[in-house]
Amino acid sequence: MKKFKEKISSLIDKNLNIFFPAPTVILLFIIVIFPIIYNIYMSLNKWRIGLGDPEFIGFQNYFEAFADPRFWNGLKVMVYFSGLSLSLEIAIGLLIAVYLNREFKGSSFVQTIYVFPFAATPVAIALVWRIMLNPQIGVLNYVLSLFGLPPSLWISSTSTVVLSLVMVDVWKWTPMITLIVLAGLKSLPQDPYEAAIIDGATVTQIFTYITLPMIRPVLITALTLRALDNLKEFDIIYTITQGGPRNASETLYLYSYKTAFSFFNGGYGSALIIIVFLIVLLFNVIMNKVRYRVEI
Amino acid sequence: MTRRKVINKILFYIGVIILIIPPIFVFAWMIMTALKTGVQNIEYPPLFIFKPTLENFKAVFQQHNFFQYLINSTIIAFSATIISLLVGLPAAYSIVRYNQKKLSMAILIARMTPFISYLLPWYIVFRMLGLIDTFIGMIMTHLIITLPMVIWLMIAFFENVPRELEESAFIDGCSRVETFIRITIPLSMNGIFTAAIISFIFSWNQFLFSLILSGPRTRTVPVAVYNFMSYGKIDWGGIGAAATIIVLPVLVFAFIVRKKLVEGLTAGAIKG
Repeated sequence: MKKFKEKISSLIDKNLNIFFPAPTVILLFIIVIFPIIYNIYMSLNKWRIGLGDPEFIGFQNYFEAFADPRFWNGLKVMVYFSGLSLSLEIAIGLLIAVYLNREFKGSSFVQTIYVFPFAATPVAIALVWRIMLNPQIGVLNYVLSLFGLPPSLWISSTSTVVLSLVMVDVWKWTPMITLIVLAGLKSLPQDPYEAAIIDGATVTQIFTYITLPMIRPVLITALTLRALDNLKEFDIIYTITQGGPRNASETLYLYSYKTAFSFFNGGYGSALIIIVFLIVLLFNVIMNKVRYRVEI
Repeated sequence: MTRRKVINKILFYIGVIILIIPPIFVFAWMIMTALKTGVQNIEYPPLFIFKPTLENFKAVFQQHNFFQYLINSTIIAFSATIISLLVGLPAAYSIVRYNQKKLSMAILIARMTPFISYLLPWYIVFRMLGLIDTFIGMIMTHLIITLPMVIWLMIAFFENVPRELEESAFIDGCSRVETFIRITIPLSMNGIFTAAIISFIFSWNQFLFSLILSGPRTRTVPVAVYNFMSYGKIDWGGIGAAATIIVLPVLVFAFIVRKKLVEGLTAGAIKG
C-alpha cells in the first residue's frame, strides 16, 4: 500500500507539468472552449430559442447582419462610445498622474480614494448616476445651474445620451489609469529630469520630450487592459439606458444581448456575438503589434 | 519658506481637492439618497442638509428580502474564489516553472471573450441539466471570471519567488509537490491573499450571468438592486440604500488590498 502511494507521488512529481495544470485545462474546456465552439456553431443556424430545432443555413446570419441597419447603428455607437471614453480616460488619467507625481501630504489618501470608483459594483454605481442624471430632479442639472449653465437632458436625448454614458465610464475608470501611470512614473529613472532642469527646459518640454516617450509602454498597456473591458461594456449601459432613447446608445454588444435574450433569436444573436468577439480580438492583435514596436 | 513657495503649495492642494471631488461626490450622493425620505429625494433643488432617516435600509431588508441576496452573493463569490485558488494555483505555478505559453494564451483568450458568448450555450445546457437557479450553476459561471483572474495574478506573484529556495528544498529530499506546498505557497501568501480578494470583488460585482441564469433562490445582489428599477414607482431611497449595502463591502476589501491592487490588475499585461 505504501509502495503504491510512493509510486503515485513519484509519477505526479515526474509529470508535474501535466498534473498541475490538468484541472484548469479540463475546467477551461467545459466553461470556455465548449461554449465558444457551440456559439460559432449556433451562428451558422437559423434558430429561435424555445421554438423548434436549429436549421443549418451557413453564413446567412452574417449576411443578414451586414444588411441590418440596427447592426450598423450598434457598430457606430460602439466606436463612438469606446473611442471617446478610452481616449478621454488615457488623456485625463495621464495628466492627473503627472500632476500627482510628487511627494505630498495626503498622497496615499488620494490614491485610496482613487481605488473606489473602479472597484465599486458597476450596477450599483450606474443606478446612482441614473438618479443624478435625471433631467427634472437630478443633482447634475442643479450643479450646472450653480455655474450659470443651462440644464441638459442627459440620457433623455438622443444627442447627449452617449456623452452622458461616456462621462460615467470616464468617472469610473480614469482613476485606474491614473494609478497605473502613477506607478509607472515612480519607476522612471531620475537622471534625464535632472539633466533637463539644469539645461533650463520648461515644464511642457519636459513632459513632451522626457515623460511622454518614457511612459508610452505603460500607457499602451493601460489602454489594452482597459479596452478589453470597455469594448464589451454592458452593466453601465444596460442599467442606465438599456440602449435608449431610440437605440441611440445601443452598442453592438448590447444589441447582440437583446437579439438573443429579448427577441430570442438565438442564431442571429450568436452571429452578432461572434462579430463582437472578432472586433475585440482584432483590437488586441493590433495593440500587441503596437506594443511590440514601442518596446523595441 | 518663501512666499511664492507657500502660494504654489496652496494652489497645488486646491488642485488636489478638485481632483478628489468627483469620486467622493458620487459616493456621498449615494449615501445621502439612502438617508432621505421618499419626498425629500424628489425635491428640487436637491437637499444637501436634512434630517437623516434609516427607514430605507429597514425597508430594503424587511420588504425586499435583501439579506438572502447578500448571503447568496457571499456563497457564490466565496466558493468561486476557493475553487479558483485550488485549481488555479498549481496551474499558475506550472505555467511559470515550465514556461507553458499555450496555456497562458488560453487564459488570455478566456479573459478576452465577450461574456455573452458564454451565456447562450450555458443557458441551453443549464436548462437541459436543470442547473438554472442553482448554486452549482452560478458558481460554475463565476469561475469564468475568477479562475483566469487568479491564474493571471499568480503568474506574476510566483515569478517573484526565488528559485534557489525551491532548489535547496529538492536537495533536502523534498518532492516537487512538497516543495510547492511547503516553500512556494507560504512565500507567496501575500499574493494569494490579494488574488483571493480581487477574485471575490469581481465575482461579487458580476451582473450579466446572474441576470439570465439565476432565479429567486440564487439571485445575487447586483440583480436584486437592478430589480428596484422595475417595481413600477421608482424608489430612489431604496436604490440608494441597496447600492450602499452592496458597495460597502467592496470598498472595505479594496481598501485592504489598495497597495497591491494596481500591481495586480496590470499583472501579466505589462509582461504580455
